[in-house]
Amino acid sequence: MALYAGIDVGSSATKAVILDEQLRVVGRGTCPSAADLAGAARRSFQQALDQADAQAADVPAVTATGYGRDNVVFATGTRTEIDCHGRGAWQQFQRAITVVDIGGQDCKVIRLDASGRRIDFAMNRKCAAGTGAFLEQMAQRLGVAVDRLGALASRSADPSVTISSYCTVFAQTEILARIRAGVRAEDLARAALESVASRVLEQLPPAGEVVATGGVVAHIPQMSDMLQRVLGVAVLLPQHPQHAGALGAALVAASQD
Amino acid sequence: MPQPQPKRIAAARHMKKVMADHFLGLDAASKDPARKVAWCNSVGPAELLHALGFEVYFPENHAAILGATRAATDYIPHANAVGYSPDICSYLTADVGAFLRGYTPLTRAYGIESVPRPDVLVYNTNQCRDVQDWFSWYARHWNVPCVGLHTHRNIGPVTTDHVVSITAQLKTLTSQLEQVAGHPLDMDRFRDVVSLSRRCSQLWEQVLRTGAARPSAITFFDGTIHMGPAVVLRGLPVAVDYYEGLLAELQERVQGGVAAVEGERQRVYWEGMPVWGKLRNLSDQFLSLHTCVVASTYCNSWIFNQLDPDHPFESMARAYTELFIVRSDPVKEDYIAGMCQDYGADGILFHDARTCPNNSNSRYGMAQRLSKRLGIPHVTIDGDLNDLRCYSEEQARTNIEAFVEQLGQ
Repeated sequence: MALYAGIDVGSSATKAVILDEQLRVVGRGTCPSAADLAGAARRSFQQALDQADAQAADVPAVTATGYGRDNVVFATGTRTEIDCHGRGAWQQFQRAITVVDIGGQDCKVIRLDASGRRIDFAMNRKCAAGTGAFLEQMAQRLGVAVDRLGALASRSADPSVTISSYCTVFAQTEILARIRAGVRAEDLARAALESVASRVLEQLPPAGEVVATGGVVAHIPQMSDMLQRVLGVAVLLPQHPQHAGALGAALVAASQD
Repeated sequence: MPQPQPKRIAAARHMKKVMADHFLGLDAASKDPARKVAWCNSVGPAELLHALGFEVYFPENHAAILGATRAATDYIPHANAVGYSPDICSYLTADVGAFLRGYTPLTRAYGIESVPRPDVLVYNTNQCRDVQDWFSWYARHWNVPCVGLHTHRNIGPVTTDHVVSITAQLKTLTSQLEQVAGHPLDMDRFRDVVSLSRRCSQLWEQVLRTGAARPSAITFFDGTIHMGPAVVLRGLPVAVDYYEGLLAELQERVQGGVAAVEGERQRVYWEGMPVWGKLRNLSDQFLSLHTCVVASTYCNSWIFNQLDPDHPFESMARAYTELFIVRSDPVKEDYIAGMCQDYGADGILFHDARTCPNNSNSRYGMAQRLSKRLGIPHVTIDGDLNDLRCYSEEQARTNIEAFVEQLGQ
């Protein structure tokens, strides 16, 4: 039985998904991208193969996506992450949606019609604002691991605290000044999440329901609540938000086989 | 799969010689006390300067060479350090920064030591206010006059009042320039220059029109290179000769169905400045996507069909007032819509150049309005004409690739 794979080489993590002929997910893999993108692609693919109890030879079509898509030497094709995140999210909801993907280094907003056709898309400007990198820096300044930022934010008691700077470096300085002024870390953590959600709002007006994907919503569940509050629309999460791009890539592989 | 190669234009070799002669001629003139050099804006009153016998040098062209040779980003900080913000025109900052460091790409290309010393600098604010600041810096440095035209901006329909006022400015400017030249303007010579400039414009327009063919015979990236003579030699016979040759070559392509982009699948309109330091990368990406950037506002900005040798002042005033860059958004939108229809564009790429607001038309909702009006998608890439610190290669690459995917849906 032929299998199909998608590899999403993102700036922080590399994800792999393997589908069977009925387009059911039979394997998943995840590993840090670090500096060896080709190696990360191989490792995440192997994890997914192990989970699927399959060999590389069982997978005739592999589509690579993400920043490092051209580094996946065993891929049979490439697609942009815009296309793959859209496909991966749409496959799970099958209606008109706006996909918001917040990754380590970029943020994408993709509008799809009821048939899954892309209507419009936007990426963040050349800036870390509104990305996982921004949250990593904020977490570091607050002295917590980035995946604890959401839990910290959930204990916030003062929603009037905001981070006004776009620039990650300036935002860090701003946080420092607020800490000096006695503002609580919980409130600053919440403000950091709100800042990311506000950057999303600036990119493209959401139409209909929003489906949030990417590593940030996977690791910081409070982010999707914040998106819902700031965007003012329902925000849904797919089953495995971080793997939506890899799933979309695997769907491309299946459609081209 | 091997990367497809850009289709070479044979006339490029001729252009290299034409441009080399231009710069070597300027260098010789700047060393000859009997000859006068004027610096001029690319869309400035070059015709008047040629008619007065000046050798004409175009700093914008020099700044674009700094960009295309990827030297600009190294020199911009030197202008920033003397008070010229990184947020203003990166032509200005790259050019002034390079001058401060004693660098010119003309040395490597032509063995020329320095840019030619001006006897006068002549600006035209139809491009932006920065050109005046830019030229004023050099005027202070060399203690020479800096004069110019102050064009109207945000113009809807061009009225007689607009033309009359610019004509009057041109006549005042003529008196100022006659003093520097040391002799009065010869009207017969002026008419000849205007006539040659018009001919150059007509030929350049026909060259660009070969982009309307299917497949397109030329790309935007070819245009940015081959526009050199239309910018710096407009009004001289050499530019007319050059474009006659280039046009013949491209018309042959059209007749033979030769595509500038092999296997052309999609056609895109480019709105905004080139990213000079990334021309080759962008050209290669579009080639690999079998997508041709068939037309642009930028390359078409050097078409001045209004020029009329029987009415040199008035027609120059009209040409420099009807220019895209000084028009209102509704006029600009009509223009782009017409171009997209004429050239059969499937989508529009807006380049939002960080330091060039006057050539970045995606900042006030125009991209969305045009997409809705024309029923074609758009994409905006963030970048700059010269300052590569403002350009994210990866983001631009992904945006363009995703855009072409969308065009092919």
